[in-house]
Amino acid sequence: MMSLTLEGVVLIGALGLIVIGALGMAISNHLFRMLLALVLAESGANLLIVLSGYRVGASAPILGFGDPTAPMVDPVPQVLVLTAIVIGVGVQALAVALLLKVYRVYGTLNVRELRDRMDADVATAAGVEADASQDAPAGERPLPPVPAHASVGSGGFGRRGPVPFPPQSDERRP
Amino acid sequence: MRNLASLLFAGGLAFLLLTLLSQLAFGTPPMRVGSEILAVAPGEVGAANLVTAILLGYRGFDTLGELAILFAAATAAGVVLGRRRDDARRDPPGGEVLRTGADLLFPLLVVVGFYVIAHGHLTPGGGFQGGVILAAAFFVALLAQPARHLSHGLILWIEGLAGAAFILIGIWALVASGDFLAPLLGPGRMGELLSAGTLPLLSLAIGLKVGAELAGIMAHIADAEAPDT
Amino acid sequence: MTTWVALVVVVLMLASALAVLLLRSFVAAVAATAVVGLGLTVLFVLMRAPDVAMTEAAVGAGLSGVILALALRRLGLWRIEDNGRGDGDA
Repeated sequence: MMSLTLEGVVLIGALGLIVIGALGMAISNHLFRMLLALVLAESGANLLIVLSGYRVGASAPILGFGDPTAPMVDPVPQVLVLTAIVIGVGVQALAVALLLKVYRVYGTLNVRELRDRMDADVATAAGVEADASQDAPAGERPLPPVPAHASVGSGGFGRRGPVPFPPQSDERRP
Repeated sequence: MRNLASLLFAGGLAFLLLTLLSQLAFGTPPMRVGSEILAVAPGEVGAANLVTAILLGYRGFDTLGELAILFAAATAAGVVLGRRRDDARRDPPGGEVLRTGADLLFPLLVVVGFYVIAHGHLTPGGGFQGGVILAAAFFVALLAQPARHLSHGLILWIEGLAGAAFILIGIWALVASGDFLAPLLGPGRMGELLSAGTLPLLSLAIGLKVGAELAGIMAHIADAEAPDT
Repeated sequence: MTTWVALVVVVLMLASALAVLLLRSFVAAVAATAVVGLGLTVLFVLMRAPDVAMTEAAVGAGLSGVILALALRRLGLWRIEDNGRGDGDA
């Protein structure tokens, strides 16, 4: 059993924030919640950097308060974090601006819907048919045979449906 | 399935970081730069707050880079959001209590902001903290009365002049002592308001620049059009 | 003594960090982010970093929350809850 020290406790806190932030960015479906998770991870990183300059039993790096002969904590990590926090809020505001713009153009912040709509936009700009499923094999790869109960005329590039092979829809291929 | 994979990933990340970082000796920093600076800074710079001494003296160039990043972020936010249309709908103004409270709070916040900036070399505080407080002062007023206009032109001028002042002080130090952003005018007597050479001036420039930039960003976001809900 | 204060603050902070991910209301999630910022402020003070604590108090608990809340207002997510599928903005 590890003994409970201040730096150990704070280390757990910093790591917890980083991991929760990374997890949130991985599992969120909503861009705004991703932004919140990013803020959490950034806070955890800042805490970790300040922790690296901590010295047990030392005083704050300001002269004129307390015992002048006592050791001081390392001030360099504090300086780095000081600017990083303010930069962080600037970057956060930039992210908010981008979210506003995305919402104005696409009308949603859900990651999956956004991907679908962006795909549709790209396909429209390229002048190709947009509704090809991502799961359907592309190009000239052979496809599994059509089950017997599939009626002859119903093949085609449906959203989820299987593409019949060999037959009757060859002329549709580019 | 995807969530399970993400959970596994997070667990692995936690294990990896914990294993790596538990090897380090937290609580007894091995960095030599910090101890060197702690030893020489009081005599060289004359600022009681050693964090400010490093921020504006030993790592002043780094701080200039950070200001450039903040400027880029603010400019990009402005470019992305664009100008507001004249016929766009505004938020309704806040109630009587909110407006009166914001008006009362405004001068107090401005005074606190400038106090924090001016005493940055003596007590905890400095340009970045005071700048954030200044931005908050202007933004509270804007939130209480959305129809009130925050002049983007004035913000741009303050921002530009403050940034130019920071660089000019740096060039002055370059000419006078041979090092960019080296503290000038002598350390003075530690603990007095007018001490630590040019550090208070740099602090004031940073405070005005950060405050103007953050206030500008927030005014841009506040100016964005709300959806019809 | 200081260690126990830090322990309580860390537990509170991690709990609100989890709440950011789990709460369905976006306004509540933004408030939980501000709670994380306040916990960080206390930890910075315990780490003998008063300058950083001051910045974090002004930014993490104040300005950042205001920016995020304003973004919610502008995105129209102010009253709408995330229904778990992430399409609470419809």
